[in-house]
Amino acid sequence: MSAELTVLQAGTLTTIQDRGRSGHAHLGVPRAGALDAPAARLANRLVGNDPGAALLEVTLGGLEFRLSTGRWVAVTGAPCPVLVGGRACGHDRAEWVPAGATVRIGQPRSGVRSYVAVAGGIAVEPVLGSRSTDTLAGVGPPVVEAGANLPLGRAGGAPRPHDTPRPRRPGPLRVTPGPRADWFGDDAVAALCATAYTVSAASNRIGLRLEGPPLVRVRTDELASEGMVVGAVQVPPSGTPVVFLADHPPTGGYPVLAVVLEDDLWQCAQLRPGDPVRFTAVDPPTAPRAPRG
Amino acid sequence: MDQTGDMRTRPVGRQALLVEVADAAAALALADWARRQGVEAGEIVPGAATVLFDEVAEIEVLRDVLAEWSPTAEPPRHASIEIEVRYDGPDLAFVAEAWGTDPEGVVERHSSVEYVAAFCGFAPGFAYLQGLSGELAVPRLESPRSRVPAGSVALAGAWCGIYPTASPGGWRILGSTDAVLWDQVRDQPALLPPGTRVRFVPS
Repeated sequence: MSAELTVLQAGTLTTIQDRGRSGHAHLGVPRAGALDAPAARLANRLVGNDPGAALLEVTLGGLEFRLSTGRWVAVTGAPCPVLVGGRACGHDRAEWVPAGATVRIGQPRSGVRSYVAVAGGIAVEPVLGSRSTDTLAGVGPPVVEAGANLPLGRAGGAPRPHDTPRPRRPGPLRVTPGPRADWFGDDAVAALCATAYTVSAASNRIGLRLEGPPLVRVRTDELASEGMVVGAVQVPPSGTPVVFLADHPPTGGYPVLAVVLEDDLWQCAQLRPGDPVRFTAVDPPTAPRAPRG
Repeated sequence: MDQTGDMRTRPVGRQALLVEVADAAAALALADWARRQGVEAGEIVPGAATVLFDEVAEIEVLRDVLAEWSPTAEPPRHASIEIEVRYDGPDLAFVAEAWGTDPEGVVERHSSVEYVAAFCGFAPGFAYLQGLSGELAVPRLESPRSRVPAGSVALAGAWCGIYPTASPGGWRILGSTDAVLWDQVRDQPALLPPGTRVRFVPS
């Protein structure tokens, strides 16, 4: 019998994620992939997987599963209680889970998304080169539900210790000016950075939605649809910004005021409704060149 | 912002560049050209008057390559597809009135044009088809329908689109087709990738 993971309880939202699918945005396909990418890489590393192996992204805990064969398992991201066969286990480290033992991922004490990597990875059939579930358009495997049997890949590598701790110092989200900053007036990025926002309960894998005083546009005509990047701070007609996350639509028709640095996006994955959010401006990527003759 | 000949570039974060061009045809031509040049970008996404280059390792190298592009370069000929349509949509009468004709006149005009898939968005495989002249533009529904069936052939502005899957939508529905616009297990999942030429055939 091939190795599998049987889901007993799926929690609020558990999805399969890897690094996402690249190269299909021009067909309207979102990238998807783990929202807290460094946490996902760490979980895979701890159990000896390739950094791009598929794992489970668990939203606010509530996942319960067992394995058909013993495997190394690591839980990272939002710190949460982990019980293996009723025994409390550590976070951010590999644990041996024997065949048939029930693993329970409790509600995180802080943060939102925990990552569960199993040695060998989740081996569902890839779609367009990725095993990630895209929650916007439904590309990839379905959302994980109780009763699902998820195939596991062959466990190859040995578990590796957590010997390269990464800096995880939450701070203001660093932004560069966006392609349509000029639609908001000269000091709009400064205004964004001077405003205290809070996270809206409507936030999800598509975007981190913020509440706060509305930003005012100086151009009110309609923006023709254009390509969007992850981290784009898009401002819809309501004037309150949305930070695009992994499942964002590949094109959009609202102006992008600023862009959050990729290195800071993991924080967006872990902010809870009501949490404060601040932005801080950093230098644009490159100074504009003089026009060519 | 940086102006180079017929294009303006705008940085989008540290790994992407948005290039503004004259219109959708120019965007498609530039995106096609950039792919043929093998520019190093993980995503090349044409829009209505822009091309987004994302996951770019060296923005300055990309700028140099793009400076070589001329909008007059001959675009490649893409595949041509015929799509059979049952013209029985709920907004046929509305569009007929907007166009100052009757439903037969709408079918006549809509099916006599060759369209080009300019770009995709809204949903996987949803192509924005360009071909209708600007004076035939129609407004979207004021309040979108909560469910538009897959295969609905519809208009918004002067764009034509076909819903690949059932979804909410505010476009004016002319009719429906059985063509499969999106199949994620097909080698080419999108029936109408950017550049595809499309003709509608009344069935």
